[in-house]
Amino acid sequence: MLNRYETVFIATPVLSESQMKEAVEKFKGILTDNGARIMHEENWGLRKLAYPIQKKSTGFYYLVEFESEGGLIAKLETEYRRDERIIRFLTVRLDKYGVEYTERKRTKKAEEAEKAKEEKS
Amino acid sequence: MTDNQSEIRYLTPPSVEIRKKKYCRFRKNRIKYIDYKDPEFLKKFVNEQGKILPRRVTGTSLKYQRKVATAIKRARYISILPYVTDLLK
Repeated sequence: MLNRYETVFIATPVLSESQMKEAVEKFKGILTDNGARIMHEENWGLRKLAYPIQKKSTGFYYLVEFESEGGLIAKLETEYRRDERIIRFLTVRLDKYGVEYTERKRTKKAEEAEKAKEEKS
Repeated sequence: MTDNQSEIRYLTPPSVEIRKKKYCRFRKNRIKYIDYKDPEFLKKFVNEQGKILPRRVTGTSLKYQRKVATAIKRARYISILPYVTDLLK
């Protein structure tokens, strides 16, 4: 059965922009190579952490929403654990209300972007 | 008999607190999903130390209190909300 998942990971702040991009590409590659369909992604950029993790007070946040079989999650998480650039990760399954919520949020954002474009032109 | 009842007079009017009835904001506003990525919203359900407020304070129904609790715990794990602090608000 296909499920909808959402994964957030925090990468160390010592990475440069291109290194961060590379890490993101790596994990997206793992997802797509294993037959997941990426629905949405969000880069939150460098954010302050609420408490220090591994003596770091900031981190790069990145969110990916995807649809896949459940077996992929274990693979993804072992990859997270092996990668020392990742200091924290969280993967959750979205229930039907969660899917509804993210989709509504996305369409709202798209509408706003369109409106802003119209105002500009 | 009826006269007797009305004869009771108080020097100061008895203070009867009329408390506003609590309600579950999720049921009222039809919120079905509680996002763990939204710290501003979750802060309504924690006290200054970052502890989760009980249902008797917020009036949330049991179904949604459980969802609030998991959302707060997820937010704590990815360091959006602190586990312990002072003066969160």
